[in-house]
Amino acid sequence: MADLVIIGGGPAGMSAAVSAYKKGIKDILILERDSSLGGILKQCIHNGFGLHKFKEELTGPEYAYKYEAQVKELNIPYKLNTMVLDITPDKVITATNEEEGIFQIKAKAIILAMGCRERSVGALNIAGTRPAGIFSAGTAQKFVNLEGYMPGKEVVILGSGDIGLIMARRMTLEGAKVKAVCELMPYSGGLARNIEQCLNDFDIPLKLSHTVVEIHGKQRLTGVTIAKVDENRRPIPETKEFIPCDTLLLSVGLIPENELSKTADVVLNPVTNGAFVDQDRQTNVEGIFACGNVLHVHDLVDFVSEEAEIAGESAADYINGVKEEKTDISLSTDGKIRYTVPSKITAKKDVKIYFRVADVFKNVKINVHSGDELVFSKKAIKVAPGEMECITLKKELLGNKSELKFSLEVL
Amino acid sequence: MIRDLTCIVCPQGCSLKVEIEDGKILSVSGNTCPRGEKYAIAECTHPERCVTSTVKCDNGDVVSVKTDRAIPKEKIFECMEIINKQTVTLPISIGDVIIADVFGANVVATQNKN
Repeated sequence: MADLVIIGGGPAGMSAAVSAYKKGIKDILILERDSSLGGILKQCIHNGFGLHKFKEELTGPEYAYKYEAQVKELNIPYKLNTMVLDITPDKVITATNEEEGIFQIKAKAIILAMGCRERSVGALNIAGTRPAGIFSAGTAQKFVNLEGYMPGKEVVILGSGDIGLIMARRMTLEGAKVKAVCELMPYSGGLARNIEQCLNDFDIPLKLSHTVVEIHGKQRLTGVTIAKVDENRRPIPETKEFIPCDTLLLSVGLIPENELSKTADVVLNPVTNGAFVDQDRQTNVEGIFACGNVLHVHDLVDFVSEEAEIAGESAADYINGVKEEKTDISLSTDGKIRYTVPSKITAKKDVKIYFRVADVFKNVKINVHSGDELVFSKKAIKVAPGEMECITLKKELLGNKSELKFSLEVL
Repeated sequence: MIRDLTCIVCPQGCSLKVEIEDGKILSVSGNTCPRGEKYAIAECTHPERCVTSTVKCDNGDVVSVKTDRAIPKEKIFECMEIINKQTVTLPISIGDVIIADVFGANVVATQNKN
């Protein structure tokens, strides 16, 4: 029995634990499957973390340590090397580790903070052989930054997500030759600053509207064939080009890791692959909350921490019997805006709404309508799928509304 | 001459325009904060970058490190050579100086390791 069990000891889980503790919940247990706290930040040794949260530029391990130190100082219990196998809707957690075998814990509240995983080569259906030398960018990052191994010498990267861009620089610094970064879409999925400092700084070509159409090599990768794609993202045969390389890194998307959420009957949003939540980050199952990359994939850990604080405080309120805010306003989107988190809100407090757009748009207005009434509007110079946007809806605007529609107006 | 830059100071990544004449910077526009202007001027006069990497430990592990301030951009690879020659003895704590005075910066640990 525990008041609050948090699944995952990464930035979301640690931040949620600390904020729940500060709201008076002392009986907390963090379950982490890795051998230390910190999650994916441990292998993100580059800097750029914490500018929002701490007003300083930190590396991943330094940012993680800020929270790890608090968890340890507050004596918040955690179990490492512990894999959660199942969560029931009435909040019984089944987990396993080497010392205790299989055990069960009943929790008053649960925070899901399992993070996300990378889309793998199997999901892409690339033609050709399956030799050694094909890695997800995050796996390569783990090899280089945590284990001290170089995955290869001549590299092509498919996908221009931030991890791919960061690894292009990292492999270059360690002496590899990164020959190209191919991106299927006509725009990059990564942050503009990473294109600048990870590719342009090292003259690594970014080939937009290009993809890998064939993999070559028997034991080890010997090269890839790339091609330009048309507006329907179909490869154009005349543009095929062979690039010799021994390593192919994939940075082709992240998927929230929600297998456990499903066992607890948490309903998932097919757009985000994360749970539908309210402004408190509570899922459809009472007392089960979600935050961080398991809820929706973030670009910045600062926003993960912020979201986890909301989940931690809300879980504390729930355990303390503070009456929950009625959530009576549902949010919908027009497709140009793909989704919002949360997807339903209360009119009783100001709510920050996070969302992502479906394409690159310039000079837009972000509009929020209730029926025909324009409730909120904000101009933006540029929005892009790779950069999460955020607006704050004041409670004064929300009284007597039952539905809000988010749309993008191109000016 | 107008030089177009992407600011790398924060994740917003503002598009900057720098007006330069005879090597002198006349104006910076497109930035949404003062740090953007500072970056643009530095980038057009003496570009700098922080370097993050890993250093070998005596037990075969690696420990993550960074330069505690930006170094001249053209020295990045020389800095990497120096970092890759170094071996450290554990334990190491965040902020420990691993190599002092590398092109004006200290290479410091960004990770605790016992």
